Amino acid sequence: MTVPMDPPATALGRLRSGLTDTLVLAGRSYSRLRAQPAELASVLVFPVIMTVLFGYVFGSAITLPGGGDYRNYLMPGIFMQVMAMGTVSAATAVAEDMARGVIDRLRTQPIARGAVLAGRGLADLSRAMLSLAMMAVTGLVIAGWRPHGNPFRVLAGFALLALFGFAMMWVGTYLGLFARSGAQADGLTFSWVLPMTFLANAFVPLEGLPGWLRAVADWNPMSAVVSAARELFGNPGSAAASWPLRHPVTAAVCWSVLIIAVFAPLAVRRYRTATAR
Amino acid sequence: MIHAEGLRKRYGPAEALRGVDLDVPRGSVCGLLGPNGAGKTTLVRILTTLLRPDGGSARVAGCDVVRDADRLRYRIGLAGQHAAVDELLTGRGNLELFGRLRHLPRRTARSRAGELLDRFGLAEAADRPAGTYSGGMRRRLDLAASLVVEPPVLFLDEPTTGLDPRSRLALWDLLRELADEGTTLLLTTQYLDEADRLADRIAVLDAGRVVASGSPAALKARVGGDRLYVAFREAADLTRGAEVIRDALPGRPATGPGAGPGTGAGAGPATGPGAGPSAGSLAGPFAGSGNGAGVRAAGDMEIDPGERRLAVPVPDGAASLVAVASALNAAGIAVEDLGLRRPTLDEVFLRLTGADAA
Repeated sequence: MTVPMDPPATALGRLRSGLTDTLVLAGRSYSRLRAQPAELASVLVFPVIMTVLFGYVFGSAITLPGGGDYRNYLMPGIFMQVMAMGTVSAATAVAEDMARGVIDRLRTQPIARGAVLAGRGLADLSRAMLSLAMMAVTGLVIAGWRPHGNPFRVLAGFALLALFGFAMMWVGTYLGLFARSGAQADGLTFSWVLPMTFLANAFVPLEGLPGWLRAVADWNPMSAVVSAARELFGNPGSAAASWPLRHPVTAAVCWSVLIIAVFAPLAVRRYRTATAR
Repeated sequence: MIHAEGLRKRYGPAEALRGVDLDVPRGSVCGLLGPNGAGKTTLVRILTTLLRPDGGSARVAGCDVVRDADRLRYRIGLAGQHAAVDELLTGRGNLELFGRLRHLPRRTARSRAGELLDRFGLAEAADRPAGTYSGGMRRRLDLAASLVVEPPVLFLDEPTTGLDPRSRLALWDLLRELADEGTTLLLTTQYLDEADRLADRIAVLDAGRVVASGSPAALKARVGGDRLYVAFREAADLTRGAEVIRDALPGRPATGPGAGPGTGAGAGPATGPGAGPSAGSLAGPFAGSGNGAGVRAAGDMEIDPGERRLAVPVPDGAASLVAVASALNAAGIAVEDLGLRRPTLDEVFLRLTGADAA
């Protein structure tokens, strides 16, 4: 058995080996998913339940001030909410790895810096897209969601949602590295992510909010993402007063890139010094 | 193979390491002994690149632990209480994962996982999630995961903490095998007998400093070696028994019946079947092996009239035991229990650190 005893000598070799490490670790996340029916359900079934539940329960009772079908209004909001909740699962998973010492073992392996988090990010991103696909199908088949217009714009809408989900997972990963247990990580994220999804235009138009609250909701990155998705899906939106909601696609992309630019390096830095205990 | 100089590490106001020097030659086994909080884990973490030292320097397998960390990680393995396996993956899945992370080709990783599962007695449980394993199985898997490619240097952080005696013995055998194959081992432990059984040299760590180091025999000699315990059937025999024992012990003017088979002092680390971490019972396993190198006479005998028993330090465990047994027998004194007890870590530790036992 020949075993490499030194890092690859060339930059290309290091890149290749880093990519392999990342893929192997992404594969690990998937193997874990298979072993956890509950987690798998949260990726596949929870989004479907949310779509059906919100679509029918709220969809039947709420009418939009500016006209338009509420279910079509709602669906991009639910998509965004499920993406945002990825923060919680990312934080929980990384905190559990840390508490159990798996991170320590990974950090003593001769693997590329950042491969562990990149592998996790890749797996999380593909999970997010799987959830989105489940929701889209459910929305189309059951909840009466109808995107309009150019299919490329619809695809761009999903890509934007996935980008936002990816960004939020870096936030979750970073926070998860501070937690001492999975439960604590859950508390560190769920407690503000869920309220934040409601303090946005995901479920209700913002016109009725008091002024200061409306300003917060207008500038909530989640609002920009929802508005952008509505625009790209050709679904009804609500009147936009603030800059981010008047240019939602630009704003949503900027927010997502900004979040990644801040939290990915923070998470990688934290990961490199974090150990159990 | 491992060389550390003046390593320092502090966590906020607490100094975990205050200048640790350590030297472990290639192919040897170093036992790092110390109580909780002594800095053992911190030291291992620095040597395995998990933590950066605040001061001092260390080289492992020729690589600086800070500047050469990337190369170093190709040459080490870490197992023990903190380096864990993925509980959701199967045993096989874990080993394949760590093989792949060592850059083995997929097929090689798979066959290597199979080999290790066989060697570590996990073949039957190979396809169950590691979370369902018993403590002993988990430790074996953990050790196997650090051996996917056999690293020249292996760190074991409290490898047997929390294991039942049988699993502990099995793990000891595995570690001994690795050492015999030439792997340099650094293991931390709270148990003297574990270090005694496995290590060529022991370093005792206390409050972030190495307070003593040497061969197991030398360390135990500093603490006084084995103690012999005798419980008499009749309280009346206590005084006379004490005299008989004094006369019988080697290192005194030999009036007793010979010195018994000479096991020789300072016989090195190989010992009899493992005693528990503190074989406190009088009937405890006769783990003595004649490691007490000093010529301490049977001086300070402790007598406990209430329990009809006495304890006395003996320089030469097995020989003393035989001598005392035949002397008592010859004197017609009925004995209820007779045994040797080795110094516990507490005793070694208290003696070496000069802390007051009170």
